[in-house]
Amino acid sequence: MKIAVSSEGKTLEARVDSRFGRAQYFIIVDSETMDYKVIDNAAVAQGSGAGTKAAQTLIDEGIEVLISSNVGPNAMEVFNAAEIPVYKAVDGDIKTNIEEFKKGSLERIAEATNKGHHHEGH
Amino acid sequence: MRGFKISVLSGKGGTGKTTVSVNLAKVLNNSVYVDCDVEEPNGYLFLNPQIEEEKTVEVIIPEINSDKCTLCGECVKACRFSALTKLIKKILVFDHLCHSCGACFEMCPYDTIIEKYKPIGTIRKGKAQSVDFIDGKLNYGEATGVPILKEINKLIENVDKPVIVDSPPGTSCPVIHSIEGSDLCILVTEPTPYGLHDFDLAVQLVKQRGIPMAAVINKAGEGDNIIEEYCEKEGIKVLAKIPFKKEFAEAYSKGKLLIEVDNEVREIFDKLSTDALELIKK
Repeated sequence: MKIAVSSEGKTLEARVDSRFGRAQYFIIVDSETMDYKVIDNAAVAQGSGAGTKAAQTLIDEGIEVLISSNVGPNAMEVFNAAEIPVYKAVDGDIKTNIEEFKKGSLERIAEATNKGHHHEGH
Repeated sequence: MRGFKISVLSGKGGTGKTTVSVNLAKVLNNSVYVDCDVEEPNGYLFLNPQIEEEKTVEVIIPEINSDKCTLCGECVKACRFSALTKLIKKILVFDHLCHSCGACFEMCPYDTIIEKYKPIGTIRKGKAQSVDFIDGKLNYGEATGVPILKEINKLIENVDKPVIVDSPPGTSCPVIHSIEGSDLCILVTEPTPYGLHDFDLAVQLVKQRGIPMAAVINKAGEGDNIIEEYCEKEGIKVLAKIPFKKEFAEAYSKGKLLIEVDNEVREIFDKLSTDALELIKK
């Protein structure tokens, strides 16, 4: 199974990035072999629409599960429509999160965990 | 009086753009006040206009005709704002991320995108005694107010009166659209290091557009010299200094015009308008 995790670094020992749309990297892990691929998140520099852009990148990679923390409303809509389940990351490295997912102990999220940033607070 | 356009801007919000704009429009008399701060227009609070006309501003956004769509993804690639997302079975459109640039319509090889009209805000026209009033308001959560500013620009293009434009804060696209075609830009700043920093950004922007400019120091007081030294170096005339007084903050909070509560301020604005007109004549 191909699982994407938002990450602060480029290895399985890197910490989970608490952001989704503006995460530094995504690490796509094959949960059986633990082989992985690193994706540079091009959406980091995007003005608005970072969430949908990052979601599109991951969908194009054919991911089946996402583990992240703060997924905004647009990205959540994309994952819901694409029927890709999203799980809330626990503090720690990428490997730990994959293991927790395999144990079934990660919490599934279906609604946006934040309201997005564009035009908020005005 | 012949027509001309003065835009009032400031690098940052809260420096006193609206204070300067509304008071200047009032002093000029028989002028047009235009509130282009579409995300948070508040000029009406001070001018209390009688609204005579209200118009909805619409933009064109894409709607995918899923019967004809082949999911080629060209529209998604064309969108710089990530307003379109391609899933396995369909394309999702995020209306509020769409900037109505039209790239998706252009790039779709199969003509499957339908033009859908969507309201993004309103323009109001009215009268505040001797001052004509126009303001624009962007609906909450919309991507950009630029289409509203373009509509407003059409309304004031050939007006035969002095037009005072209250620009949006900052130095981004909306500001550029609001100052377009100005005869003079008045940059409002406050004498603090933060004020100077954002003032400098605004100065660079106006310079780039080649529009004559002048400065007004609001909340003037002890730190004035940092602005004055900068203006001297840049060759920018300081048109006026509005002192910092507690009564002014009170008047502002009650939606009162400063020129109506304080004679000294009225004189400052009388002189400001005369000097600004001098600069335009040159």
